[in-house]
This record gives sequence, C-alpha cells and structure tokens, in this order.
Amino acid sequence: MLNRKSVPDITDAVKFQLSLPPYQKISLQNGVEVFLMDMGTVDTLMMNVVFYAGNCFEEQNLIAPATNFMLKNGTRSKNAYEINEYFEYYGSYLNRSAGHETAELTLHCMKKNFNELLPLVAELITDSVFPEEELQIYKKNMQQRLQVNLRKNDFIAGRLIERYLFGANHPYGRYSSMEDYEVLQIAGLRDFYNKYYLGGRCLIFIAGPLPADIETLVESNFGSLPLGGSEKPPLPLTALEPEKEKKFRITNDSESVQGAIRIARNFPNRHHPDFQKMQVLNNILGGYFGSRLMANIREDKGYTYGIHSYLMNLTQESALMISTEAGKEVTEETIKETYLEMKRLCDEPVTEKELKTTRNFLIGTLLGDLDGPFQVAGRWKSLILNGLTDEYFYNGIETIKKIKPAELQELANKYLNPSDFYELVVF
Amino acid sequence: MHIDFKKFTLSNGLRFIVHEDHSTPMAVLNVLYDVGARDEDPGRTGFAHLFEHLMFGGSVNIKDFEEPLLMAGGENNAFTTNDLTNYYIQLPAENIETACWLESDRMLSLAFSEKSLDVQRKVVCEEFKEHYINRPYGDVAFKLRELAYKKHPYRWMTIGQELAQIENAKLSDVKAFFHKHYCPANAILVMAGNIQTDRALALAEKWFGSIPAGEKYIRQLPVEPLQDAARVLEIKADVPLDALYKAFHVGSRTDKSYYAMDLIGELLGGGGSSRLFQSLVKEKKLFSNIECYHFGSSDPGLLLIEGKLIRGESMKTADAAIMEILDKLMTTTVEEKELMKVKNKTESAILFEDMSLMNRASNLAMYELMGDVGYMNTELDKYLEVSSGEIRDLSNIIFDEKNCSSLFYYSNN
Repeated sequence: MLNRKSVPDITDAVKFQLSLPPYQKISLQNGVEVFLMDMGTVDTLMMNVVFYAGNCFEEQNLIAPATNFMLKNGTRSKNAYEINEYFEYYGSYLNRSAGHETAELTLHCMKKNFNELLPLVAELITDSVFPEEELQIYKKNMQQRLQVNLRKNDFIAGRLIERYLFGANHPYGRYSSMEDYEVLQIAGLRDFYNKYYLGGRCLIFIAGPLPADIETLVESNFGSLPLGGSEKPPLPLTALEPEKEKKFRITNDSESVQGAIRIARNFPNRHHPDFQKMQVLNNILGGYFGSRLMANIREDKGYTYGIHSYLMNLTQESALMISTEAGKEVTEETIKETYLEMKRLCDEPVTEKELKTTRNFLIGTLLGDLDGPFQVAGRWKSLILNGLTDEYFYNGIETIKKIKPAELQELANKYLNPSDFYELVVF
Repeated sequence: MHIDFKKFTLSNGLRFIVHEDHSTPMAVLNVLYDVGARDEDPGRTGFAHLFEHLMFGGSVNIKDFEEPLLMAGGENNAFTTNDLTNYYIQLPAENIETACWLESDRMLSLAFSEKSLDVQRKVVCEEFKEHYINRPYGDVAFKLRELAYKKHPYRWMTIGQELAQIENAKLSDVKAFFHKHYCPANAILVMAGNIQTDRALALAEKWFGSIPAGEKYIRQLPVEPLQDAARVLEIKADVPLDALYKAFHVGSRTDKSYYAMDLIGELLGGGGSSRLFQSLVKEKKLFSNIECYHFGSSDPGLLLIEGKLIRGESMKTADAAIMEILDKLMTTTVEEKELMKVKNKTESAILFEDMSLMNRASNLAMYELMGDVGYMNTELDKYLEVSSGEIRDLSNIIFDEKNCSSLFYYSNN
C-alpha cells in the first residue's frame, strides 16, 4: 500500500556540489577584456558589451540612458530602421540597458548567424551618429511613457523610496521628470558617447556553445576598434544624503483601491561581511513564497497578492527593501504585521527546521539558477563588475550551509529595528 | 532543435510524457489540466483561476504543500488561462519523487479548507485590483473581450468579470469544480530533465497510476457567431493619453491558418523594423508605441493592435493610418526578404524558448493538449511553408472591416 502520508526520501540539497564553471579571459589588442563561457547544448549565443557609462557619470540627468538607447538609432552607414531590420532579419535581439555604473548592449542570437552580426555591433559602439530626429522621437515617447507611469502608485513608490534612501543628488536616488527629457540635447549625448563609450572601459562577455574560432572572431571585430583601454575609470563618488524624515503617506490618486507600500533601510554593499548572511535572513523574512511575510500577510490574512523583501542589486550601496501593494483599508495593518515579523526574528531564534528548509531551498534553486550558459555568464558578470571573484560565490554557499540560528538572531537585532526603516505608502 | 520524448498512457488512462535531458542537474514535473476560464458558468467567472490558488492550500494527505518542496530544494508555480491550467515544479533531479508525491496527492483530492478559500478569495481580489483596477487602462482587456465576443466564454477575463463573482465563491462550488475537472482523464503529466525514462515511468505509475480516472469532461461551448458588422466602443476615462485598440477575429490555435496569422502579427508588430512601428511611431509620429499580438487560443481567437496616441493627434487620423497599413497587406504581396525575416525571428524565438527545461516541459503538455505532443517538432516547418500568397489571402479575411472591433479610449484631461 502506497504511503501518501509521509515524504519520500529526500536528498538534502545542501549535499549537492555546486560549482561555477570557469571562464576563459582574453585581452584584445586595444585592451578590451573578453570573458568567454563556452558551454551549453542549444545553438544560441549571448554577448554583453559593457561600458562604464552608467548614470553615476552624468553631469545632466538622463544623459546616460538616452545615450545608451540611441546607440541603436543610427550610424554613418545605417539608419535606425536598417539597423533594426538587420538584427531582426537574423532573428536576433539587440537590447540596450543603462544602470548606475555601467551601460550595456546585449545580443541574443542563433549561433549560425553570429559572424554576420558582430560587425554591426562593433559599428554601433564606435560609429553611432545620434540623429536629431531620433532624439526628438525618443524624448516625446519617453515623456508619454512617463506620464502613464506617473499614474501608477507602485511606480511612484519605487522612485520615492530610492530618493529617501540615497538622496536626490545620488545616482541611485535621481529620477526622471518631463523637464529632464525636454532639455536633452544631441551635443550632450555625443559628448557622453565620446567620453564613456569611445574613451571608456569596455568589457565583453560571450556565452553559449562558442564557435571554434571565437578568439579570432572577437579580435577581428573588436580588437582594433578605437576604444579606451582596460583601465577602470574611477567612479565619481557622491555622498549619500538619506532623507531625515522616515514616514510618508502620499496621495497620488484619490480613487486608489490599493496602496503601494515600501519599507526600506540602507544597507552596505556586497563587500560587507554581513551581506551574504543577510541574504539568508532576508530569505526567511520575505525572499520567497514560503517566507514569513508571505505566510502571514498573504497566506493567512489575504491582504495582498504578494509581498517581497530583497537586498537591492546595487554596487556602491545597497538597501533592504520590502515591497507590496495591499488593499487600501489594510495598508496600516500590513505595515504593522511586517514589523511584527521583524520583531519575531529579533526575539526568537529561527528553528533548526525552518533554517534547514531555507538552506535546502536556497541551494536547490541556486542549482537551477546556474543551469545554462547565460545564467553562468550573468553570475560571472555580476561578480566581476562588483570587483569580486568566485571566492565570494563559494563563501555564499558556505554561509547558506553553515549559518546558525543565533547568528541570524544577532543579525536581526542589528538590522531589523523599525526605527531604521523608511516607511512609505502611495495611494 | 529536435526535442526527444516518449509518450505513455498510465493504467488509469492518464497521458504521460517523458523528456530526458542529461545536460541539466534539474528535473521538472508539469501537470496540465484541460480546464480554463472558458469552462466557467456565466455569472461565476474567475473560478478556474481562484481554484488554481486553492491547489496550494493543502491536499487530502498533505497539510502543507510548500514546506516539503522547499526541503527538497524545489520551487513551483502555476498559471491559468482562458483555455487551461498548468502547474509545474522544478527541483534537483534526485528529488523528483517528492514532486510526484505532492502533485499526485492534490490530483487525488484536496483538503477543501474553508480558511484557505476565505484567504484566497481575498488574495485574488487584491490580484484583481493590482492588475486591473489600480492602474490606468486597466479595464481595456475586459471591454475589448466584451466587444468582440457576444456568445463564446472568451468574453470574460481569466481573473473574472468582476470582484463580486469571486467574493461569492462557495466551498461547494470548489468541490464540484475539482471533481469535474481535476482527474487523470482531464490531465496531461510531463516529467522532464535529468531522469531515465524507465524510472520516470515507474514513478508516474506508482504515484499517479492508482488515482481514479474520473470522467472525461466533454466541452460544449457556444460558438461565436460570425461578426457581420464593424463594432466601435468609445470610452472617456481619467488617463493621461488617448489610446486605440483594434481586435480582429482569427482562427484557433489548431486551425491551419494559425501559422500565417502568427507571421502577420510579426510583420505588423514584431520589433523595431515592423510595419506598424516603423510607419506610425517613427515616420508619421502618430503613436508613442504600438503593438500587435494574439494569445494563440484553443478556440477561435483575436489578433489585437493597440497603441497610445501622440498627444494632439486625432483618433480618426490614427485609425485611418492603421487601416492603411492593413490595407497594404491585403493588396500588396509581402516581399521574400521580409517574409524570411519573420520566419527567421520565429525560428529563433522557438530555439530560445526551448532553452528552458521548464518551457520544454509545459510546451510538451500543451502540444499534447492540442492533439499530438509530436507537433512540438514540426511547428517550425509549418511556419516555413507559409507563402506570401497565403499572407495576402488571410489578411483579406482578417482585416475585413466587418471583422473588426475598435475601442477608442479617450483621455478626459
């Protein structure tokens, strides 16, 4: 007779040997560093071209994302339509993204078309012309998008909480306005491009089942481009200016049926010895479906569709963020219960059973998260851009496997005091 | 890329598919139930989706679904559409039996707890508010469905027509729904990843094979009558920009016209070189964004175009500009290079989608639901066969103005 009452034998996930497959690094003639991750069974490739051209280098708000966006909108030989058509003809995707420190171009393509696509990627990064008309379209469309977003409480809450945490002048706290878009000028974009793309530091990450001649391919397409060397530009450091006031209730739309809630505190970056331990504590608090916040506020009380906590993925500074949208009439209850869950972590040690569950979940999902070349490349890119090595990765695993309930409780008492948290509701 | 699989029928009739992939340390257990929002009764909509939430509230022998799964290093989720409900668990392959244990017990029977129903009603209401009420243009999808469908249950959204219908759900409804739809006769089970087929089959038979087969649900849905006149709905709302939506009736996912229809969608709205984007956003500057998409639904569906107008442009001009683009598809044959482009994009999209083990597992189940799991490996060929003549002929059927429902959504400020 089948025993449906008890769990079949489980192999504890903490027993799995996790490893981060190594990369191969080559330096091109012009100093550009290339990180190759040759693995995978499906004939698709991903290439990230990373520049130190994020918004921390801006002298004018939005220059970094606008420059990054416009890289795909015209070179000396091709207009925006022809560029799009070229990438799309080969079924490839060329995406742009600009963060705080770095800005990237990312190519996803079928392996068989890689050779055809590299020259155009090289052209975009060294031969972009920033047509005036394209900038006008970009400004208008971004302004319209912003107008729609400003009607969403969740969007407003996301902007404001970062401003409170980091300050209006900090690259992590600055946000866009209609006026910021209005005053963007081609000259500003071209200067930024010359300084931080052509003259800046470039790193390339390529992952997938790589072609045999990958080194030659990369050298011939990127090695002789007039790009800045391998020297990392010093990050312009802006002092944090956290908001003094801690509690905010803001009305964005008088007919709101939900409030967007953020509860957050500043937290040091990945180099701080508490960071990886805090990731474990965070996971118990609100890091996954079975977390205490979800169990209490969604699965017991039904106040929200979801509540999550996380350490922000930032380089210079981080923050512990709790985020949810809850029914208008239960927002204050939601905040109260959130503090209650923090207090429980301060007052009572996590049980061995809950900790074991957390360990197994974290290791098991990490195993899944590393499944595939693009995932491995993403992991390496994050380590490298944060000035870390695989030692950090393996330390993280050790932390998950070994951290003790007493350490977690100590950590909770150090970092989960309500008076340290900003509290924001946008209705 | 060819996806290898083996198909079996367990002793109770449950369809079971195994896909081995030894390049991954993971395994996925995917269960698809052949029930979606289209199977709900009018007036009690949103139930299939609410029910999906209740599937996590404990089963007959297992009080807590989540904890043992976490202990096994697994994660899981589910989704409901108008057509189907799909559940998946991904975990280290060594622990696949834990997934079988959990998933088979909730196929056997749920705990049917009053508390779980009470909480999940609230959770779903918050989900409804978060996605459809508390955001600009949140009601569009509801209005468009009601405009385009008069008889077929696609006229309501998966989340439900209105909050009140979800709030009224009773435990007796939950039980009846479970017994009608959640049984081996109405399910497809897939095991994928780092597992040998014979072990997979043994585990499936052990945990699922003895569950009573249940009764096969025979779907008898009202057929949507042919639309014989253009429909227009105008709305004024507190939104920042005017927006324009057009919905055209198209064939079902299994209709032979599906592949040409999908390519038409790509020609119109797929990416920066697509016709709508290039002409209306870049050249004429009438829209700040415009998209074209469809849901690949099991019954005859909709091809939708939606865009937000540049402030100051008139709805009439914008609408006429869209019609001009559609007219060109009806009268001029698409050139070989452009057709090749959308076929290449499709080839690439399939390849990227199949990189994920989880996608492969759920796609195998969906193709089996469509009629044959083997379609998984013949899809691309069907796209490659589409000719420019078919694109033009089908465009003439789809973009007939009598087949169109337009929603003009005006900003009142």
